[in-house]
Amino acid sequence: MTLDEVKIGHRTKIIAVNGQGALRRRLLDMGLTPHTEVMVRKVAPMGDPIELHLRGYELTLRADDARNIEVEEESL
Amino acid sequence: MMFALAGNQNCGKTTLFNQLTGSNQHVGNFPGVTVESKEGVIRGYKDDTVVDLPGIYSLSPYTNEEIVTRDFLLNQNPDGIINIVDATNIERNLYLSMQLIELNIPMVIALNMMDEVRANGGTIKIADLQNELGVPVVPISASKNEGIDELIEIAVKTARHRQRPRRQDFCSGAVHRAIHSIAHLVEDHADRIHVPPRFAATKLVEGDLPMLEKLQLSENEKDMVEHSVTEMEQELGTDREAALADMRYTFIDRLCADSVVKSGESKEHARSVRIDNLLTHKYLAIPIFLAIMMLIFWLTFGVIGAFLSDLLSEGIALVTDATSAALTAYGINPVVHSLLIDGVFAGVGSVLSFLPTIVVLFFFLSILEDSGYMARVAFVMDKLLRKIGLSGRSFVPMLIGFGCSVPAIMATRTLSSERDRKMTILLTPFMSCSAKLPIYGMFTMAFFPKYRALVMIGLYVFGMLMGIVSGLILKGTLFHGKPVPFVMELPNYRLPSPKSVCMLLWDKAKDFLTRAFTVIFVATIIIWFLQSFDTRLNPVTNGDAGMLAGIGRFIAPVFAPLGFGDWRASTALLTGFTAKEAVVSTFAVLTGTNTANLPVALAGIFSPLAALSFLVFTLLYTPCVAAVSAVRREMNSGKAALAVAFFQSAVAWVAAFLVYQIGSLFV
Repeated sequence: MTLDEVKIGHRTKIIAVNGQGALRRRLLDMGLTPHTEVMVRKVAPMGDPIELHLRGYELTLRADDARNIEVEEESL
Repeated sequence: MMFALAGNQNCGKTTLFNQLTGSNQHVGNFPGVTVESKEGVIRGYKDDTVVDLPGIYSLSPYTNEEIVTRDFLLNQNPDGIINIVDATNIERNLYLSMQLIELNIPMVIALNMMDEVRANGGTIKIADLQNELGVPVVPISASKNEGIDELIEIAVKTARHRQRPRRQDFCSGAVHRAIHSIAHLVEDHADRIHVPPRFAATKLVEGDLPMLEKLQLSENEKDMVEHSVTEMEQELGTDREAALADMRYTFIDRLCADSVVKSGESKEHARSVRIDNLLTHKYLAIPIFLAIMMLIFWLTFGVIGAFLSDLLSEGIALVTDATSAALTAYGINPVVHSLLIDGVFAGVGSVLSFLPTIVVLFFFLSILEDSGYMARVAFVMDKLLRKIGLSGRSFVPMLIGFGCSVPAIMATRTLSSERDRKMTILLTPFMSCSAKLPIYGMFTMAFFPKYRALVMIGLYVFGMLMGIVSGLILKGTLFHGKPVPFVMELPNYRLPSPKSVCMLLWDKAKDFLTRAFTVIFVATIIIWFLQSFDTRLNPVTNGDAGMLAGIGRFIAPVFAPLGFGDWRASTALLTGFTAKEAVVSTFAVLTGTNTANLPVALAGIFSPLAALSFLVFTLLYTPCVAAVSAVRREMNSGKAALAVAFFQSAVAWVAAFLVYQIGSLFV
């Protein structure tokens, strides 16, 4: 399953960050590396982007880009 | 000695820079550096300076800021790096530190916001951190001015003794082997271009193309590099970029597990989440945002700014009258008197009276920015802006554009991508600025007294629509590329530091004053000259005999198809280039009436349809000289500024032409 499919308020762990180029590198640089625990905090009023909580801080990214991030099936 | 101040965004870097330098700072000028960087003398050390580099998260070759920072560190040979790290967000901050260490430049870590960590019952074992990272670590609190003296002392000592980071190697296993074999292989190439071999090797492992090009490896060497990388990838079962990011974060995770004691969620973070429950709420976010913006605009343009502007205008009027009387008493030549009073005092004075408005607007905006709210606005508005190929971050500058294009164009500095920034600058003039309000007011009073509000709102909406259309066109042509990914931190809400806000305001005021006394000063003199003399350089008593009127008559035919071929209209549009308010005052001068009778006089020049066409033209045509010069400065290109002026004028002409010609079919 991918990160955009995780329900609001649920936690999960990252398996892999797919895609390429600037976007992928940015995601990795911001700490979205394999085994990292993330929580989907909320969705913006217009339905996109989403807000994540990871490594003690808040990060926002678009649902389209979140689709590149593979996460563990069962939410913790 | 020169120090570079580097760190993440939102970690208190500007506050620390202000603490390090006091008021002794200026905009640095470094060859080949396009982003403006501030430089300041370190207090107490008059021979040592510190340069404030853009806030970045990594030294990857993708965003402009990252490239600028990296080039600066490699090419300008700073004697030391002061790396500011947010202790409340230490993991992600240390990710950059680890890349900075590889540059092998003497470095100190300033561990900021230690007061917050302690207040929440957390501790950080500084000695362990220092030991593991191999660079001095100094706990500070930039906002409370704690630990700054010690930081300066240690930074200067480290740089003076050329004490480079003690450790470069944070990895083991496959990554370690790949970096080592490549570092060895490219050592000569790296030395030749003055890049530490270790840094070059890491970047090659990451697949960094600019670095690969710079090193000029032979085909054989490139193959060997690729071979090492492939070997590493196979062994780890992951790719090169993920392997290094993973290596760094794994090291940081272990380091923090040993030396950072967190106390659960911090007060500040919990507070932030609570504020966000309201400010980014599903239904309340947009109404609250609109309310905040309306409050700011009302306070800026209606209450505080207007009050101060009026006060300043009165002050300027008093000085002008006094000077005028003194000059007359002195019996000075009437032409010189006219130059000083009608030219310089009137021109610079009318622009100067905008100073309070701009400072007040920036006061509010800097509070929104420093408190962390701007990031939320970008979060809430992103989806809307994406439709024209921009991201949520462009929303704020455009909004400021309704007040004044000049601060709006300056505010694009907060955008991280050059493409987004340029596109935002080009679209900002479509947001009708407040200086055009007097024109709308006068014309709607004269021609559409029953539908004033409707016409005005219509103009604003029409401007935005044209902006959206232009955005779509620009997205499909000039700015083809993909927008930078919108992956943005939402920092904890914080109270802005009064010192930083004050210094920013002083900066903006200084900027504005400089412009008022250079560009606008010269422009007003030229306009005065053209207005006051005929082509044989005889002074004229009546404006319609001067050169300006001649030029107005000359270009008037251009506007004939738009319905206003009268020379007074074209002259007013010309003077509107210096400041939009000048359009109304020019009409008053040229028709020889006062403001009260102007609507009647205007009815003699325009038909109602022509008036509408004129309004559409003023809505869209070239921004004033202050805005155009802001474009020139921000885009660092005179050509771009001219292009903006012509592009806007062309759009205005076509739109007004369509309004008039299509309207003629019905009227």
